[in-house]
Amino acid sequence: MSEQMTLTPRQRQDLRTIAAMIIPSSEEYRVPGADDEIIQADILATLGRDTRLVAAALDHLARLAGMPLADLEPAARDSVAQQFRSSGGGAAATLVRVVLQCYYRDDRVLRSLGLELRAPFPKGHVLPDGDWSLLDPVRARAGTLRRAP
Amino acid sequence: MARAPLFLASGRGDTNGLRPAKCDIPGSRLYSAAALTLSFAGRAVRERPNRPVSGEGEDKVAMKDPVDVLIIGAGASGAAVAWSLAETKMHVLCLEQGGWMNPAEYPSTGRDWEAKFYGEWSSSPNVRGRPEDYPINDDNSPIKVVNYNAVGGSTVMYTAHWPRLHPSDFKVKTLDGVADDWPIDYDALTPFFEENDRMMGTSGLSGDPLSPLTHPPMPQQPMGLSGAIIGKAMNKLGWHWWPSDTTVATTDYEGRARCINLGHCTPACAQGAKSSTDITYWPHAIRAGVELRTRCRVREITTDENGMASGVVYYDKDGVEQFQPAHVVIIACNGVGTPRLLLNSASGRFPNGLANSSGLVGKNLMFHPYAQIYGYVKEATDSNRAPPTCLWSKEWYDTDLSRGFVRGYGVQFVRGAGPVFEAVVSEQKGILPWGEDHHRVFRKLNGHRLGFSAICEDLPEEHNRVTLDPVLKDSHGIPAPKIDYTISENSRKMMEHALARGREFLETAGASDICVNSPIPWGGWHLLGTARMGTDPARSVVNEWGRTHDVKNLFIVDGSIFVTSGGVNPTSTIQALALYIADQMKQRLANLFD
Repeated sequence: MSEQMTLTPRQRQDLRTIAAMIIPSSEEYRVPGADDEIIQADILATLGRDTRLVAAALDHLARLAGMPLADLEPAARDSVAQQFRSSGGGAAATLVRVVLQCYYRDDRVLRSLGLELRAPFPKGHVLPDGDWSLLDPVRARAGTLRRAP
Repeated sequence: MARAPLFLASGRGDTNGLRPAKCDIPGSRLYSAAALTLSFAGRAVRERPNRPVSGEGEDKVAMKDPVDVLIIGAGASGAAVAWSLAETKMHVLCLEQGGWMNPAEYPSTGRDWEAKFYGEWSSSPNVRGRPEDYPINDDNSPIKVVNYNAVGGSTVMYTAHWPRLHPSDFKVKTLDGVADDWPIDYDALTPFFEENDRMMGTSGLSGDPLSPLTHPPMPQQPMGLSGAIIGKAMNKLGWHWWPSDTTVATTDYEGRARCINLGHCTPACAQGAKSSTDITYWPHAIRAGVELRTRCRVREITTDENGMASGVVYYDKDGVEQFQPAHVVIIACNGVGTPRLLLNSASGRFPNGLANSSGLVGKNLMFHPYAQIYGYVKEATDSNRAPPTCLWSKEWYDTDLSRGFVRGYGVQFVRGAGPVFEAVVSEQKGILPWGEDHHRVFRKLNGHRLGFSAICEDLPEEHNRVTLDPVLKDSHGIPAPKIDYTISENSRKMMEHALARGREFLETAGASDICVNSPIPWGGWHLLGTARMGTDPARSVVNEWGRTHDVKNLFIVDGSIFVTSGGVNPTSTIQALALYIADQMKQRLANLFD
């Protein structure tokens, strides 16, 4: 398992390739892929405590691919990706999670989803109070609390 | 007994008569004359304080001066018992291994609020790994322990769902022939439930026909989009549902700002709307004179030649070992931390751990296995724009043997999830694909989740237990707890029943892509039963008012004293118990050690 606290250039290259396989760009939804330069920079800048596991996942990926992932033919690349996900365990899950958590906080992605580009605090959100007459059938059925001796 | 009564000067046998003699100490507050002047068997008279010690509370006596009451743990129960005992004007000291929280650093203040759940704000101490966390070996358990270590304890990180145990939960042996009855009943706790609800500040709707009567001082949370979908589906099925009592302030309350729906509240509330004891009990307790020393981790409770607790050995914020003498010790460390401490306090006189003549310290661990099922509806749900829980159901709470199991479960409905959580979990579940279709599927899932979580009553079984790990230690070299736990056959049947009902509910609501977490693996929020209450010293660790059978000046007030677990979140009951025990202590001051 890799013990370094930063990714090697080869690992970064494979990370970018696998990220694009997880989430490709979409013209339909006007969103970048997870291999986007800004998203990749966010991933690398915030890896922190996940670095060791992500590096281990990328080592595993490199062993499966035998060469830079991007250099494989598409069909072979897909096969490696499937093997990676099925056999990569917690390390692979961490890599995928890191990609997703950076992708789904990107401004362009949030905008495409119709979400506001802000932290929850201090503005919060407004919630409809709702129609509490929905409780009327529950009140009508009543029921009783089980008695204790 | 040979020992002089501790609180002689102030105790008249009832709370109303509590009028401690005044003794003015420069730079200090009032102390009970009794605490300052009484001589205790084999121990020097407490010295007059000669220097203050700076801390995060007030100026206090020097560390080597004995305190009247030493509380270990500043979480749900420690805060409540500290506040209650403050009126005695005794010197009450609390040692807490964590520090004060800073709401400005809470996750919801940043754009990376969801990512923090997977690291420094994980609910698992093993993932979080902060200096104040201790590791827990839970490899041999399908349910992993979650907790939080700070002033406020796990009330900093909880869902604020606020049901009480039902009256029938205290009599399960009598009613259903399983486990044991509690030595107290619901009525004994009623005034303390009410007092605790006022102190914590609860919101809800009084009048639930299937729950104990409560009087929340604030109205229930808004129904929101999710609540309406849930209510309609439950009505179609003819099943009970009701707005949850919660400790989320829906109006400004006692210095707390009302909820503004920051989103998922579990990892602390930057608004201060969610009640945690660092912002409820502790400010009152400290103003009343309780001393709180933070970043102090207790290693062991010491005893004297009479078998009484004499104090604690702890590591201070600089990692320096200290001894704090005390006349009374109260443990408030939760159902894992408390047995760990008792087992780590083994000595020649107590070779199997302190207060463990029954052999039950650490045994009968109860978690509440959660059976969760969720799906995705076409309508928008509240997602991350509301507190996660808003409604409950008690439809299956009571025993009905035709279901194939004894006892029952409560249900808490879940409003939804944020985008990162949704993406991560759905990818892991295999419903969110990689590649071209990712975007379409994500838009179908995100903001449409609806959940049904059953809190299944765990019955006590001695093989479910907390012991000391022979290898694993915390950052101070103190042996860490080890968990051995299996889900019982009765619980499994209950979980299957709950999942089937949950599926009916989701299908009635029009949900698709239904997924199951059963048990929720990182769902060991409720840590109960490992120092159980009872009248028989051979079958319990503490008596009916929280005093250990073996050590007459040692009390336990946290969830470890639960006899059975009920099918609801336990914090409300834990705190009511802590207030009840504090009240019992105050009423028995004249003969506390008899």
